[in-house]
Amino acid sequence: MQTQAYLVVATLIFLIGAMGFLIRRNILVLFMSIELMLNGAAMLFVTFSRQLRQMDGHVFVFFIIALAAAEAAVGLSILIAIFRLKHRVNVDELTELKG
Amino acid sequence: MNWEAVVFWAMATLVLVPAFAIVFSRNIVHMAFWLLGTLMGVSGLYLLLGADFLGMTQIFVYIGGINVLLLFGIMLTRSEPVYVRRLAKRPKLAPGLIIGAFTAFTLVSALLGAGWRNVPGEPTETAGILGAFLLSEYILPFEIISVLLLVVLIGAAYIARRGSREGAE
Amino acid sequence: MTYTIVNHVLDYFELEQGGLWSLIGAIAVWAAPITGFVAIVGLVSIWLERKISAHIQCRLGPMEVGPHGLLQTLADGIKLLGKEDLVPKNADRALFALAPMMVFAATFVSFACIPFSEKAIIADLDIGIFFIAAVGSLEAIGVVMAGWSSNNKWSLFGAVRAATQVVSYEIPLSLALLAGVLCAGSMSLVDISQAQGGWIWSWFIFRNPFMWIMFLIYFIASLAECQRAPFDLPEAESELVSGFHTEYSGMRFAIFFLAEYGKMYVVSAVGVVLFFGGWLSGIPAIDGIGGITGNLIGAGVMITKSFLLVCVQMWIRWTLPRIRLDQVMDLCLKYLLPISLVCLMLIAVWQGLMPTFDEFGIAMIAAMALGFMQMRRIYRKAIEASKTRLSLPTMKV
Repeated sequence: MQTQAYLVVATLIFLIGAMGFLIRRNILVLFMSIELMLNGAAMLFVTFSRQLRQMDGHVFVFFIIALAAAEAAVGLSILIAIFRLKHRVNVDELTELKG
Repeated sequence: MNWEAVVFWAMATLVLVPAFAIVFSRNIVHMAFWLLGTLMGVSGLYLLLGADFLGMTQIFVYIGGINVLLLFGIMLTRSEPVYVRRLAKRPKLAPGLIIGAFTAFTLVSALLGAGWRNVPGEPTETAGILGAFLLSEYILPFEIISVLLLVVLIGAAYIARRGSREGAE
Repeated sequence: MTYTIVNHVLDYFELEQGGLWSLIGAIAVWAAPITGFVAIVGLVSIWLERKISAHIQCRLGPMEVGPHGLLQTLADGIKLLGKEDLVPKNADRALFALAPMMVFAATFVSFACIPFSEKAIIADLDIGIFFIAAVGSLEAIGVVMAGWSSNNKWSLFGAVRAATQVVSYEIPLSLALLAGVLCAGSMSLVDISQAQGGWIWSWFIFRNPFMWIMFLIYFIASLAECQRAPFDLPEAESELVSGFHTEYSGMRFAIFFLAEYGKMYVVSAVGVVLFFGGWLSGIPAIDGIGGITGNLIGAGVMITKSFLLVCVQMWIRWTLPRIRLDQVMDLCLKYLLPISLVCLMLIAVWQGLMPTFDEFGIAMIAAMALGFMQMRRIYRKAIEASKTRLSLPTMKV
């Protein structure tokens, strides 16, 4: 398959994720959107890794996946802490720090 | 039709349709299961790109870990029915969609017009090379990531636990 | 021989110029033998489970259908096929139908990488063991899907318990898998088996003083992965009706059942490959036979060993009581995880410093036999002591 086909798919995943991040307000949905964006970025790395015949891209994707796991773990524990405190998970309603 | 093309289009559909469904679905549990489709599709595309170790890591970490964690998050923070308010307040929706469509159009047309030379390399063994890379050239980031994961493990347990104590009192 | 998934498909069916139909053909050719084998494994394991449980409880078990009740499972299967396909009214129909497929696929796909003998393997992947571990983790999400879509409290509780347990026990399980990979220097299951060639003491469990600890950890974690007793909280009958598959009936229930027994076989087979020499019988003269005969003997040895481990799993199920959820988590995170990390480090050090020699394996077998005898003596003593205590007229606490 042509390289650009993979690139287009990766770009589209990233953009769908970015769009979801902008138009949804539930923290969990924002998490999912972030995962989509990370996946899109990672796929670009793998595609270029094949295009350039270098393995460095794979190493970066490995790190991206590790970071995504870390982000999900911390994010969800923060989410649960917030939920215990305020009983809602909508980012528009969490305005404590606005002053 | 070439078998690779067939698999590619199947995987691309498996990635993109659920991705749209995540953004526009009403039911938050369904979203998590749609995410499963996207993650599987991305893993399939990795395999197609010859990155078999990464494809399996994707399934192991994303689906076996993050997706299950997300479902836990959904079930633990559920005070009302599972339906979430569909989208944000109106004003943000239209600009978001327009900007998204515009960016997509620009990027995709740029990518398609770039004229990539297609170099179909023979798929090789990746796990060994990746391991050698991680322990030689990328040893420092690798160590930092491992420390980070340890910190995350402790930190996540601490944050979630402190919350439960306050909640109990 | 190293293969990635992509060029394995290419090589196997010469698909370079092939079109869509050759791909579908390839999938069919691969899927058919596995489906048959999973079904046979399911039938045999269910029969074994019934018989073993019966004998442990001093009864006969199924005796009517076929010789010694052998065809009972088949009869049950036909009965389940004929049952009405019920879907609860408020269930999430699509996910309800998808869940058994997910759970079954997770088990089914792992069979592709399990070697029955040197040549009798569907896909000798370069990353075979990682593939099995990764695909096995798909099961958790299938179970959550089943539990949530049933729209039933018991199902949901069972699913959440199952997911917690599977996700936690995956860590010690993977570390135990890593120990085998460390000893063999490869992730391909064929290479790992071949690294244990020679006499019985060259099997990995006798390779160094920590491997048997790793095997115990692997075995405990695999029990939890399969949701078998004493870790069968997800389907604890006394609390949760039958856990995540409470609402399933007929063929869908049968598929869950088949997946469970298939999974038991998979973890046992992986354990055999990693610690007990795979298809190698431990006698060089037998392992040296090449050709079709050698492969058939290998397959026989492999299947026998795997079923022996499956029988141990059943023995444990019908002997030990179920433990509590917090105990399950404690066992994993406070005991298995640290022990397996330390063992993995020690194995790495041992692997780096010590050469492999046969005498050590023999010494290990002797030491393990001595230890076993000693344990047996202590156990006997304890039983004697408890007998005398029980026979006292009044119970003293």
